[in-house]
Amino acid sequence: MDLILSSNYFELFELPVDFNIDQQQLTARYRQMQQAVHPDRFVNATDQERRLSVQHAARINEAYETLRDTMQRARYLLSLNQIQLDEQTSSVMDAEFLMHQMELREALSEVRDQTDPLSVTGDILDQVQDWIRQLTGKLMECFAKHDLDAARDVVLQLQFIYKLRQEAESIEAELEDAL
Amino acid sequence: MALLQISEPGESTAPHEHRLAVGIDLGTTNSLVATVRSGQAETLADSEHRHLLPSVVRYLEDSGVIVGTAAHDQATEDPHNTIVSVKRLMGRGVADIRHLGSQLPYEFVDTDTAVPRIRTVAGDVSAVEISAEILKTLKDRAQQSLGGELSGAVITVPAYFDEAQRQATKDAATLAGLNVLRLLNEPTAAAIAYGLDHDAEGVFAIYDLGGGTFDISILRLNKGVFEVLATAGDSALGGDDMDMAIARWLIEQAGLDQNPGPALFRQLMKLARSAKEALTGQEQIELSVALENGQDWSSVLTREQLNALIDPLISKTLSPCRRALRDAGVTVDQINEVVMVGGSTRVLQVRERVRTFFDRDPLVNIDPDKVVAIGAARQADVLAGNKPDDEMLLLDVIPLSLGLETMGGLVEKLIHRNTTIPVAKAQEFTTYKDGQTAMSIHVLQGERETVEDSRSLARFALHDIPPMVAGAARIRVTFQVDADGLLSVTAQEQTSGAQSGIEVKPSYGLTDTEIESMLRDSMDHAQDDMETRRLREQQVEADRVIEALQAAMAEDADDYLDASERQQIEQALQNLIRTRAGSDRPETIKKDIAGLEKVCAAYVERRMNASIQRAMSGHAVSEFDQE
Repeated sequence: MDLILSSNYFELFELPVDFNIDQQQLTARYRQMQQAVHPDRFVNATDQERRLSVQHAARINEAYETLRDTMQRARYLLSLNQIQLDEQTSSVMDAEFLMHQMELREALSEVRDQTDPLSVTGDILDQVQDWIRQLTGKLMECFAKHDLDAARDVVLQLQFIYKLRQEAESIEAELEDAL
Repeated sequence: MALLQISEPGESTAPHEHRLAVGIDLGTTNSLVATVRSGQAETLADSEHRHLLPSVVRYLEDSGVIVGTAAHDQATEDPHNTIVSVKRLMGRGVADIRHLGSQLPYEFVDTDTAVPRIRTVAGDVSAVEISAEILKTLKDRAQQSLGGELSGAVITVPAYFDEAQRQATKDAATLAGLNVLRLLNEPTAAAIAYGLDHDAEGVFAIYDLGGGTFDISILRLNKGVFEVLATAGDSALGGDDMDMAIARWLIEQAGLDQNPGPALFRQLMKLARSAKEALTGQEQIELSVALENGQDWSSVLTREQLNALIDPLISKTLSPCRRALRDAGVTVDQINEVVMVGGSTRVLQVRERVRTFFDRDPLVNIDPDKVVAIGAARQADVLAGNKPDDEMLLLDVIPLSLGLETMGGLVEKLIHRNTTIPVAKAQEFTTYKDGQTAMSIHVLQGERETVEDSRSLARFALHDIPPMVAGAARIRVTFQVDADGLLSVTAQEQTSGAQSGIEVKPSYGLTDTEIESMLRDSMDHAQDDMETRRLREQQVEADRVIEALQAAMAEDADDYLDASERQQIEQALQNLIRTRAGSDRPETIKKDIAGLEKVCAAYVERRMNASIQRAMSGHAVSEFDQE
């Protein structure tokens, strides 16, 4: 059995299967593993080893990118627990969340009519950022209590807000370009 | 850890055998080859002590080829058969060429293949073949100068090169008979030349002003990962434009005809160039031009005047710098070093303006024409295994996103730009008709959302899908991008496990069959030589496998193999050794290598797993030490 290709991402880096992750340890181990398997270490090896090296290095890169990112790590943890994140069949969003989201969206759609659109956009971005922090904290609690259904709901909410942040950032870039 | 790197004392593979490896800067205007000798990276000169090889190839009627300075000097005599700046055509399609068309004097042939060909007196040639001639010349120079066969080469490419352009570069190397250790981004190579890879982290700007192109790249180094944050530039701006500005000034000052004949114009450009070069060392220079009335006109050009002439051109390089910084999301004060690349950065005013813009002294101690080749040579030395203690590991990212065509001419991103490579992504497809046994997948590259705005890379035709009702077949297609940024695709039907056949149609590249036929054409006695070459390739691979396996088995066969596994491997190994010695048929050797690989698969895997565990446990101790 091939260790690299068959273990889950946490096992791969010898880390506990937990949302709360030691980023420094993750990065240190990622680099150790790439030192051992990266194709640059196999330029003089046989074709067979080179093929395996590319496969392993790709798998390690994928595992690292997944665990490093909060959202991807959360989604991956849920998938390990057979919880699917299908957006269409997602549970009903709570009304308060939808309300708050709508307000921010509305504010964002009106920034161009403001006297200082750039600073208004900045304010909105700050609020969005706050909200992300708050929800990420909540996500951590859910995983700590092993309440995976609640965790899934928070992940879905976060997905919405990340999209909102992306929109706000692109508006900010456009406004900066126009200066 | 590679099997080959382990060897027993007294065996043929001496552990510290120095492998001849070179770095090649395959440039638009000039190309160079460099190597590391006694710890020093240096470029290699030809028999006349010239380091720069002009990237110019002239085809002659008797099917001879001239490369470099001689071809460059003849470019005006024989423009249709003398190809300059071929790099601009690499990985490009017929439509792209039409776009460049008006500026190019060549006659393009209408072909039914994806790759455009130029008509010359020696036959129709593609950009890949033309580049291969340049690479061959550099390879010969290196082998002569180093006195042996090259084990491999690192070849540099611009950071923004897409997959098709990288593949074309690699194909050219294959045609030239070079073993490519790695395709390396030019700005990364420049950073390595200055040893910036030994820094723990930092953000670097690489300012590259050549004869006819300008590129600015912002790189971030973070714990061994070199990431290209942004690139920008101007593909029609360089030192030639400065020479032109000076020539215009000469025409005006000397009261010459606004449209001088080609001979006089060339003479003026030459004069302008030497004036520009002289003014890096002196404050002023006296220039003289022979007038039609037999008299000489002469005047003085001061550095100050020169600066005024070229300032508008330098300003044109600064707006891409601003754009690149913004795209990278960094400000000037976050830049740790600025590296100067390209001959035109010798001009003092360029250095001055760059210093002012970035508010720091740019790095200029390494010859800016050679810096990319030198960085490539250093990387080649590490990759060839000549510095076993060097822990440097460059992790590159993919410069442009890869996506698949979906309904309505849209592109769905599969691998995002700036993802660390190698990377593999699998996607499942299904059939939409009963009994469907084939389907087509269109792969594109770029950041835009429509097929129209993206660059088509290839179409993959899947066949041999087992016939089933619509939607029942599940074909898992894996897209893999290797460390050079090159794509390969495999497909498997999930319910039956059948490996689906894949036929690749590169949009702008050569098919394997085309490369093979080019290889054949490039040899004098076609069939024999092709066969000899194939045999030699298989023999080399067989030797590699035999040597590596024997060394590995001597070391740890007992740890990883039981008696019956061991016997199986030994049998297959003996089989290969016999075939290697006795057979002159490449297919037979290939078959026995494959047979040996098959019985070795588990062993190779176990060894690699063990080496990872060793790497992890070794460092676990040092992690502990730090606490």
